[in-house]
This record gives sequence, C-alpha cells and structure tokens, in this order.
Amino acid sequence: MVHDTQRMDAIAERMAEDEVAGRSLWADARSRFVKNKAAMFGLFLLIFVVLFALFGSHLAQWSNEELDYNVMGVVAQEGGPSMANGHYFGVDELGRDLFARTVQGTQVSLAVGFVGALVAVVVGTIYGATAGYVGGRVDQIMMRMVDILMAIPYMFVLILILVMYGRSMIALFVGLGLISWLEMSRIVRGQTLSLKNREFIEAARATGVSGVTIIRRHIVPNLLGVIAVYATLLVPLMILTESFISFLGLGVQEPLTSLGALISEGAGTIAYGTIWQLGFPLLFFCLTLFGFFFVGDGLRDALDPKDR
Amino acid sequence: MALLDIDNLDVAFDTPDGTVHAVNGLSLSLDRGETLGIVGESGSGKSQTAFAILGLLARNGRTSGSIKFDGEEILNAPPKVMNRIRAERIAIIFQDPMTSLNPYMKISDQMAEVLMLHRGMSKKNALAEAVRMLDAVRIPGAKDRIRLYPHEFSGGMRQRVMIAMSLLCQPDLLIADEPTTALDVTVQSQIMRLLQELQAEFGMATMLITHDLGVVAGFCERVTVMYGGRIMERAPTDPLFGKPTHPYTRGLLHAVPRVDQGQETMQAIPGNPPNMARPPKGCPFRPRCAFAGKDCAVMPPLEPAGDGRVRACHRPVEEVAA
Amino acid sequence: MSTPLISARDLRVAFDITRPGDMPWTKPRQLHAVNGVSFDLMPGQTLGVVGESGCGKSTLARALIQMVPASGEVVWQGETDLLSLSSQRMQKYRSEIQMIFQDPLASLNPRMTLGQIIAEPLRTHRPELGREEVKSRVARMMDRVGLLPQMINRYPHEFSGGQCQRIGIARALIVEPKLLICDEPVSALDVSIQAQVIELLQELQRELGLAILFIAHDLSVVKHISDEVMVLYLGRMMEKAPADLLYADPQHPYTQALMSAVPVPDPQIERNKQTIPLHGDLPSPMAPPSGCVFRTRCPRAVEACAEEVPHPGRGRHQCACLFPGPLTADEVA
Repeated sequence: MVHDTQRMDAIAERMAEDEVAGRSLWADARSRFVKNKAAMFGLFLLIFVVLFALFGSHLAQWSNEELDYNVMGVVAQEGGPSMANGHYFGVDELGRDLFARTVQGTQVSLAVGFVGALVAVVVGTIYGATAGYVGGRVDQIMMRMVDILMAIPYMFVLILILVMYGRSMIALFVGLGLISWLEMSRIVRGQTLSLKNREFIEAARATGVSGVTIIRRHIVPNLLGVIAVYATLLVPLMILTESFISFLGLGVQEPLTSLGALISEGAGTIAYGTIWQLGFPLLFFCLTLFGFFFVGDGLRDALDPKDR
Repeated sequence: MALLDIDNLDVAFDTPDGTVHAVNGLSLSLDRGETLGIVGESGSGKSQTAFAILGLLARNGRTSGSIKFDGEEILNAPPKVMNRIRAERIAIIFQDPMTSLNPYMKISDQMAEVLMLHRGMSKKNALAEAVRMLDAVRIPGAKDRIRLYPHEFSGGMRQRVMIAMSLLCQPDLLIADEPTTALDVTVQSQIMRLLQELQAEFGMATMLITHDLGVVAGFCERVTVMYGGRIMERAPTDPLFGKPTHPYTRGLLHAVPRVDQGQETMQAIPGNPPNMARPPKGCPFRPRCAFAGKDCAVMPPLEPAGDGRVRACHRPVEEVAA
Repeated sequence: MSTPLISARDLRVAFDITRPGDMPWTKPRQLHAVNGVSFDLMPGQTLGVVGESGCGKSTLARALIQMVPASGEVVWQGETDLLSLSSQRMQKYRSEIQMIFQDPLASLNPRMTLGQIIAEPLRTHRPELGREEVKSRVARMMDRVGLLPQMINRYPHEFSGGQCQRIGIARALIVEPKLLICDEPVSALDVSIQAQVIELLQELQRELGLAILFIAHDLSVVKHISDEVMVLYLGRMMEKAPADLLYADPQHPYTQALMSAVPVPDPQIERNKQTIPLHGDLPSPMAPPSGCVFRTRCPRAVEACAEEVPHPGRGRHQCACLFPGPLTADEVA
C-alpha cells in the first residue's frame, strides 16, 4: 500500500509538471483566426472603415451641410478632389463636401448594418433557441410562423413601411429588424435541435437545471460561434439591403445620407464627368463589404467545431 | 519471406499543437496465413499502423521506415500502386461498416462492381459470386437480401456484408480494425467465430487490431502489445497470456473485467494514457509503471526473451513476471 | 426488513412514433421501450442492469427521474411515488438522484471550465451557498475523485476520457445524492481506465453509502460492482438475481448466451469455449414477438413460448422463462 501511495504521488507530480494553462475553445479559435491572413486583412479593413466613420469628421475641413459657393455650378470643373480647398473627396452636386458626406454615409450604413444584425442576433437567438429546446407543438407553431413571414416578399413590406410611416431612420431600423431575424432563428433552431440531444444537456436536465437556465448557460454559449459567423455575414447583407432601398430613393432622408444614397446620387451624375461622386462612396462601400465577408469567413474557419 | 515486413516505421502528424508521434520505430512481420493480434488502448498507434500499411494516413501525416508487402516496398508508394494493392491484395474491415459501404447503392451492385473491375467478371458471374460470398459469411437468404441497401441490414449483418466485400478478391492480408467494437457482445462472438472460420477456409493472413484482450485470446497465434506508439511486448498467444513479462501487459491483463473469475481480480493501472503531443521521455509507460526506475528515461530496446517472445523493458523478466 | 431506497413496480415506458409524412391526426404507433419492469434497490447497494442495445436499459434509468414519460410506480424511500410528482415537486428529489453518462467528454459542456461544471448542481439545488463555500466544496470533491486543484480553470477538451469521467462523477456527487445512476460509465473508456473508474465508484459508495444503479451492455463489468444483477431484453426483464447466484447458476437462456459471449482473456478457455448461438436479429421493438419476447432467438423455445408470457416469479432468483434451468449439452454449439 505504501508502495501504491508513492506511485500515486509520483504520478500526481508528473501530471502537475504537464500542466498548461486552461485554454478555452474561444482561445483556440482566436489563435486560428489570427493565423488566417485573409481574415486579418478583413479585420484591418473593418477597423479602418470604423475609424473613418468615427473620427473622419474631425479630419474634414467642411461640415456635411455647408455649401461651398466657390464650386457651386462648376462642380464638374472645380469640384474634384483637391487638398487645396479641403475637399479631399471633392464635392457633391450641391457643392457639399463629399468627404464629410462619405463619413456620414458610412456611419449611417454601419449603424443600419449593426442594428439589423443586433436585432437578428437577439430576437433570432431567443426565438430559435426556445423553439428548438421546447420542441414538439410549440416548435411547430413557432417555425410555421417564421415560414409564413418568410413567404411574404420582404422588400415589398419594407417599401410599404417606409411609404406608410415616412422615410425615417426608425422606420428603416424597424423594417430591417422585422425581417433580419427570420433566417437567424431558423439557423439557431437547427443548431439547438442538434445540441439538445447532446449528453451535457441531458446531464443538466437530469440535475434539475431549469429550461431557461439550460438555454442561457448551456445552449446559447455553444451557439455563439454560429451566431457570430452568421451575424458578421448578416451586417453586409443589411447594408446591401439598405443601399438598395436608398438607391430606389426610399432610404434615409436628407440631410442624412447613407453609402447607398451617395452611390445613387453619384451614379445619377456620372454623365457630367463627376466620377468621384460615385467612386469614393463606392470604395468605402466595397471596403466595408469585403471586410465583413473576410472576417465572417475567417470566423467560420476558426470556430469550426470539426477541428476539435 | 514474410508476407508483410514492417521495419522501423515512424508515423507523425503535424498538428497546431505540435508534432504528434503516433508510431515510433515499429517493426513487425507477418507470414502468409498467420493471425497476428495488435492490442493497445487509444493513442497506442495501432490504428495508425494499419492506415500506414494501407497508405490511408490523414494528409498531415508523415512516415518513414519501410513496409514491404510480398517483397515490394509499399510505404509511400504511388496512389496507383496502392489502389491496386488495396483492391486486390490487402483488405480492411473497419469498426463502422458504413464508412466503407455506399449508402446509395444496393449491396449487389457494390459487390458486383468490385468483381467486374478487379477480376474482370461478367455481371452475371459477379452477382453469382457475390451471393456465394454472402452465403459464406452466413447471411441467411443471401439471394434475396443482396438486393437491399446497406442501411436495411442490422449492425451485425452489415459487418458480415463488409467482411464478404473484403474477401471478394481473396486478399493475401486482411486487416480487421476493431471489427466488433461497435457491436453487442452476442453479435461480437458470432462475428469473431465467423472470422475464425473464414480464416481457416480462405487462409489469408489476418491482422486483428483491437483493445480487447479477450477477443485476441481466442483468435490470434501471435500478439503484439502496443503502448504510446511503441511495441511493449510481442509473443505467441499462450505464453503472452500465461506469463506476461512486460509491466504493461501484466497491468492490462489484470485490469480486464472477467466473467469467469471472482470479484477481486480487477486491478486498475493508475494514471492516464500519454498525451501523444507531449509524450513522456523514454518508455511511454514509465509514468504509470510500478516497476519504473531512473533508467526508464531511456527507451529500452526490444529484446528476445525466449519462447519466441520479445519485450521492451529494462526490468528483468523474473522481476516482472513474478 | 428495511425499506428500499427506490422501488419500481411494473414500470412501463412507451414512445409515440410518428413517421415522417404522417398527418397530425394520425394515431401514432407505440414503441414499448420498457415493459413491466420491477425492482427494489436498498440503500448502499448496487443493482446492475445488463442488456444489449435496444433492451431499454437507458430508458429505464431515465424513467426513474422523469426524463421520459413513464407509467407504473417508482417509490422513493417507501413514501413518495416519483412518477406522480409535478416537475416542481420532483425538483427536490433530483438532487437525491444523480446520473453519470456513457460518453464522458460529451456529457460536459465544452464552453464551461471544470470548476463551473462541477459547481452547477450546487448552484441549482443550493443557491443559498456563498461563492467561497461553493469553491471549497468543489475543491474537496475534486480532490476526492482524484482531480488536481490546479485543473479547476481548464476545459473538458483538455482532459483524457478517464479524467472527464471523474469530472462527471464529481458533478454528480457534489450534491450528496443517495442514488447514483451510472449509464454505461466505462464502456467508452480504455481498459486500464475502466478499472480505475469502477474502483473509484466502489470507494465512494463505501464512503458515502450511495446506492448505485449500474447500467452496462455486458455481464463482465457489472460483475465487479453489483450486489444484484438484472438482465433485460426488448424492454422486459429476463432474469434477476443476487450477483453471485446469477453468475454461478444462470437460469435464463438469454443470460446464458450473454455470459458465454463475453470474451475471456485466456487462450485456453477461449479456444475451448462453447457459445450459445443466438439465431437471427433482434426483433423490431415496434412489433415484438408474442409470448416470450426472446423466443425467436432462443435455443429452448417451443410452441408454448409463443402463447404465454412467462412470469419472472418472486424470490431472490427471478427468471422469466417457462423452462428455466442450466444449459444443456445440445443447446451449445
């Protein structure tokens, strides 16, 4: 027996030597993400765009509302990008500073994207996780409702909302929020269904953990990976939708603007040779979308559970 | 000349956590018609050895050493050569038969395809041969059941189908990788009996890879015990079970729950299996070994110990087997 | 005679099976996963439940703690019928009955640290305990099951199977249950680790006076831990007896077949062993055979077996067979 205790001690010691700091699956995913060059490039783009949206207005020489009477009327000749008069990106049709306008448009577009995705994440996750976890008839009813909502042509509804309640940011957020969570709730429900049968959920149920706590403590943390990936890919979709609406002339209202609205204006005036009016908003639009898609892809690879 | 001759085989995998040495300096040989058991726990490298023989290692795997099959070097042989050998000369049965059966094809088509491709049979002859083979693995009503899809068979029957498929080309070597682990005990005993009968009938050399010492005891002529990617002990079956001379073999035999003995026979091996990304220095069993000493920090060589037995342990036979 | 800790009478579990494409009003078919099983388990004792896949052993365990809908009676300490309790009133008993699972890694939430996992039952059943108290109890329990204190902030995927099962055991025992249900706790583990886990369970049982319901798919593992063993087949009990009696003198042909099928690590025995071949496949549980459910594969079956459902009888050694008795020479192959 003495012999045995010694042996156990020796083993305990050896195992203690082998200790490494606890590494969560998140930490593992982070290290994979950092190693992914495309994803890091995307992240860099995103940081750049966000910084531009947040602090761009401090760099601007002009506010987004002032009209520069010097270039008014001669926009095509005088209104191009120039360091001398402080219009880094040139001016728009009315002689407003395009740099300031682009900053503002980026802010609005990002806000639309983030809010849409946020609604999707919150509503979609709770709805989907509940439907999936409770299951049975409740699940059937909840998911058929989603099916019905999805069957409605959302662009039509969105346009209807904007026409009925006026073209305000709030109406736009509500409209986007109403549709964005549908797909999310389906994805979350599917994942929840497969998680529900895992033994650790069963273990929690056997212990007597309540349903709400199981969803909060066991299901949602294990869904976060999927949610994060999908949300990152949802942001650019929201931005695209908003831009499309704005392009149709139904989006945000002047003096507010968005990248989509700016692109729409720029496209309208391209015949006059004011290529910068299209170019700069489009550039930021593309940078934002690229950034989100690269980061989303990178997250998907990093969080892929198959690696473990 | 031995049918299979493995010399100093190393298998390593590059993973994000560093290089994992799954198999280290493994040497063994297998004669025609011989049955060899490879016993080991998870992480012992037993399955990776089989995959290396078949050239089926995961893409991040690296190998060195030599594997000669019928005198021909097959380690890192071109895929074309390996495909032919796998199809015609070395067959494998896996734990889960569904991994090697196509769920969308009838059994008859899958079996006939093999025969038509590799033995140049006509469809009609191939089907007849397939039915004959299903009869050979004792599937009742083979004639009718051959028209079924794999999922329409029970677990045990599916494993029989798998065995029938693997024997179609009358291979020289059959590798059975945990063939009964997923099955119920009563089915396991049927399948092992079947393999035994088929082995006698077809005379192919068989390598049985398993974690279950009981399964090996009834089936194999020789047994190799692996741990941590290395061979610990190899001996003909009777002396190995009768008088194990390696501390790990001994420990393993005492750890197996037995139906035929009293309640006090089971003794655990303390500790945990080695993490192969950070294996212990020297003998991999050292941290769990009751006989370990300072000298065990150097891996002992495999040395003969009489009765056709080889063992890798610094402690003398008398001390361990006492 | 003392009162059993838990005693099941005529326990039945039936699942409704709706096939895909069935209309909502189609009457679902019923699958009887557990069919009239009765047993008593005394405090501090171990009941082994053995059977092959599809015999209902896991469902039986889940029925005891209302994880699947069951009928019959499950009496706790001679007083309360657990099956009749509402889920609120059942909550009190959930801390008294804990469970460990087959797949040690899968039964642990991969996003939680070891400390959080072990503390979860405490947080559920003893919310009044302070952080420090919880922490010290977790530490004590970890020490008790052989986990090192510095592992507390690590995640399940960093542990081997055996260690994960220790975590599972710690989680189950931290609320000091009276009954531990072990659902094939060692079948996913390496041989050398199996013995460790069984030894640990036995030690803990002696120390804490736990009753254990130990589920396994073959007879060898339960032999070492059980006081009494029950053999199930297709949801019905075939044989039940004190362990020494069952292993020394099995009466039911199915028990005999199970026993003979377990491989023994001894070449002499294994080569000369006589096994009882079971014919054919397990019948579908949706349409079990009439009479004795085992008759379609039984070497002893006669016509009468199709007519009459054999009753296990009473007493220490119960055997649900019309022709119980030791194996005869012409039954072995």
